[in-house]
Amino acid sequence: MNKEELKIRLETLLSSPSFEEGAEWTTVIIGPAEWEGVARQLRSGEGLDFDYLFCVTAVDWRTHFTMVYHLTSTVHRHMLVVKIKLDRERPEIQTVSDIWRTAEFHEREAYDLFGVVFTGHPDLRRLFMTDEWKGWPLRKDYEDPVNMIKL
Amino acid sequence: MDVSPQNTTGKPFPGEVHPTAGGGILVTKLDEVINWARSNSLWPLVFGTSCCAIEMMSTAAAKYDWSRFGFEVARATPRQADVIIIAGTIVNKMAPVLKRLYDQMADPKYVIAMGACATSGGPFFYNTYSVVKGADHVIPVDVYVAGCPPRPEALLHALITLQEKIRKGAS
Repeated sequence: MNKEELKIRLETLLSSPSFEEGAEWTTVIIGPAEWEGVARQLRSGEGLDFDYLFCVTAVDWRTHFTMVYHLTSTVHRHMLVVKIKLDRERPEIQTVSDIWRTAEFHEREAYDLFGVVFTGHPDLRRLFMTDEWKGWPLRKDYEDPVNMIKL
Repeated sequence: MDVSPQNTTGKPFPGEVHPTAGGGILVTKLDEVINWARSNSLWPLVFGTSCCAIEMMSTAAAKYDWSRFGFEVARATPRQADVIIIAGTIVNKMAPVLKRLYDQMADPKYVIAMGACATSGGPFFYNTYSVVKGADHVIPVDVYVAGCPPRPEALLHALITLQEKIRKGAS
């Protein structure tokens, strides 16, 4: 599917999708509540077959977090970017590790560095930081007077 | 790179050979001969933690060829290595590993801090939670190389500087 076809297909799939224009790949913005259902549709929907989640990113905008999921299909060779806005005080989103196994580590990384909680994740614990580490080091307001020299 | 004799200090060999009928007599100082031998056979440890390691590999490869100065025998075990080139960023999690590698090296042992990260933390000096601000917080360093990353010429210069330091008995 090309970008336009993918957009038309997503409009039938989602209740009120909003698209981000000007990007290389089709970018759709959805709410955190509908993510799990949408993810299952994207994984096995007719003609979609997004079988490869190749990047999971968390972005700290100070006012909120954005989760960015990059998907591709090895069958149809199309790409899709899904963006989901999260509340900064309680960043919570449903895990997709049961749909794409690779998300298990990607989500652990986002949890480790941003403190995003993935509900339903089988093993949500620190990945890079030590187990006893306090705080979320990639958040914009992170403070560490011991290790960090502020500029 | 120009490595003519003018660019190096001291004599190539610390001693004099007095020819005699039966061959010759060598007059020298044992310390100086040992230092001379050590300086010409420095085996580096295979160690690289980031992009500086690419430059280090380039220095080892055909174009720059550090074997011209006696560094070709890179060892994958610290027990057989004489010099560790810290080629890259040292993070807090890597620091104990670096310390252990250094401890496992047999004396005499030498350390080169290659590039800004190994020297001071470099681009990661400010606002970073994970980087050691200079490898000399972990192990003692003999020669520092500036650059991000340093060019192979700079690393070669550092290695030759280390050789001179050893020959002078300063290390």
